[in-house]
Amino acid sequence: MPPSARPFDPTDLAELGADLSEEERMVQQTVRAFVRDRVLPGIDGWFERGVFPVEVAKELGKIGVLGMHLDGYGCAGLGAVSYGLACLELEAGDSGFRSFVSVQGSLAMFPIWRYGSEEQKQLWLPRMASGEVIGCFGLTEPDAGSDPGSMRTRARRDGSDWVLDGTKMWITNGGIADVAVVWAQTPEGIRGFLVPRGTPGFTTNDVHRKLSLRASVTSELVLDGCRLPEDAALPGVLGLKGPLSCLTEARFGILFGVLGAARSCFQAALEYSKSRLQFGRPIGGFQLTQAKLADMAVELEKDLLLALQLGRLKERGRLTPVQVSVGKLGNVRDALEIARASRTILGANGVTLEYPVIRHAANLESVLTYEGTAEIHQLTIGRALTGLDAFSS
Amino acid sequence: MEVAVCVKQIPGPDSPQEIDPSTGRLVREGQPVIDEADTYGVETALQLVERAGAGSVTVLSMAPGGETSGVRAALAMGADRAMVVSDERLAGSDALGTARVLAAACRRCGAELLVAGTESGDGYSGVVPAQVAELLGWPAVTFVRRIELDGGELRAERQGELGTEVIACPLPAVVTVTAGAVEPRYPSFAGIRSARQKPVEELDLSALGVDPAGVGEAGARQRVVAVRAVEEERGSGEVLEDDGRADERVLRALSEWKVI
Repeated sequence: MPPSARPFDPTDLAELGADLSEEERMVQQTVRAFVRDRVLPGIDGWFERGVFPVEVAKELGKIGVLGMHLDGYGCAGLGAVSYGLACLELEAGDSGFRSFVSVQGSLAMFPIWRYGSEEQKQLWLPRMASGEVIGCFGLTEPDAGSDPGSMRTRARRDGSDWVLDGTKMWITNGGIADVAVVWAQTPEGIRGFLVPRGTPGFTTNDVHRKLSLRASVTSELVLDGCRLPEDAALPGVLGLKGPLSCLTEARFGILFGVLGAARSCFQAALEYSKSRLQFGRPIGGFQLTQAKLADMAVELEKDLLLALQLGRLKERGRLTPVQVSVGKLGNVRDALEIARASRTILGANGVTLEYPVIRHAANLESVLTYEGTAEIHQLTIGRALTGLDAFSS
Repeated sequence: MEVAVCVKQIPGPDSPQEIDPSTGRLVREGQPVIDEADTYGVETALQLVERAGAGSVTVLSMAPGGETSGVRAALAMGADRAMVVSDERLAGSDALGTARVLAAACRRCGAELLVAGTESGDGYSGVVPAQVAELLGWPAVTFVRRIELDGGELRAERQGELGTEVIACPLPAVVTVTAGAVEPRYPSFAGIRSARQKPVEELDLSALGVDPAGVGEAGARQRVVAVRAVEEERGSGEVLEDDGRADERVLRALSEWKVI
């Protein structure tokens, strides 16, 4: 033990927490308390049954988590690091809750806040911030994932109306959303549309039988001659940069969030290693176990350091999409490695829902490929490094 | 209705708890948090003022190093202002020394009611609120589960061994509330932002008019002479055969252990 008087925290070896502002710390503690009180008691059951407790999630609106990084319209207007730490604590509960918050705040509220008309902002944002209205984000299609520009969903003019046709797939919150932000090809280019639930021609079908993000709603959105008034379109953006800017926002939350899942796995493994006896001693006393624990603790701290630095850049308005790719790629990959290494320390217990590890590991398999696959982020970084674009043929 | 509430700022429950073997005191490095036991007091105070429709809640805290992060959490929950008594000479205070400071702060803020948790989450002496009441000459109603104000009178319910006592006493008074009394609200993020702007008055001993001789290490008449590690004691359990009525025995056991 070091001679320092400061207590030793295995999940913060370099004392990164000491440099957080009072406000950031309070946000983190509040969300951590919420997760402890409201998420952790029920999560293994929800995951097992494939249920997302939407009423619990809506309580996050009362606290101010939904759209917390946006200003005005009932949003708290907190900094990027606060937003990241909230995502981290939520995902320490379950990726399903963090995904809900990412989609609501960064994918549904952000485009309205950034590209919407004043009327659209007034109509939707305050109710979305309070949790009264749930949003979702429709970009991905059955045949358009990493290549969203190839989307088939079309919006055509009919008089002053818009008529949308197409299918969106793998849409988080789809089945519970009161409003969908749907991206569609128009004669001028890709545009965003606000599609309220109940609009004729708009239906959703939930995806069942998934073994990851089970405490989260994933759906298909079907637009079949869905007629919308002219003012359903987001006026402020044209082209793929609209949806991509939303994804950059959401990925920022992810690169913090996954560290919560990783921390939860690491803590479970650390505790287990100290109490599990084999060959007459705690398995934490064996060199191979210590090597795993040390590597996990080091990776966790390095990734948190990266996340905090990216957060500070974002607060200064200097964060680039490539930097977000660096964080999303590295942190999700490391979190998954930590989850898998934790699993090995827990042995057979590591595959049961008695411990959080296999649940986080299964969730992180989705996080690895959603919001830009690991490969796409490698190509984004590769393009920045070489100046050569590997996306286009 | 002017209500004061005591808030102790302690090391976060998630940070590893350590005791300095040379002083026998808890290591208090890093940013402290609001003692969870005090969140019940804060919630109770907020609800009383909300129900009264007028008045304010003042947070009282003693912090030898001038810490305010735990106090800000109470402000973020909705308290109106805080008074933090901060003075190096306060380090090492025993319970009575702490009570002297809090009593002086309470007198200064003009509250008619002082609410506190039953005991702190780190020290567990459980005597400070009663000592404050004695110093102020106010009645102390402890371990309260429910509280109502009717004009100048306070009515409080205490859970006893044999039943629920309803106590009435005139204001001003001191009450301590148990953990089950209310469900503390989470600080809202808007509350966290506005907490930045709320007034926090920092006072040293001379500004508060407290004699340094009665507080801190100098005034402490009790001291920790040794701290021993907790020895794990675990007797053998009882195995219940379920004859269809085991639930009653489980409930009785939980009730005897005061879990429910």
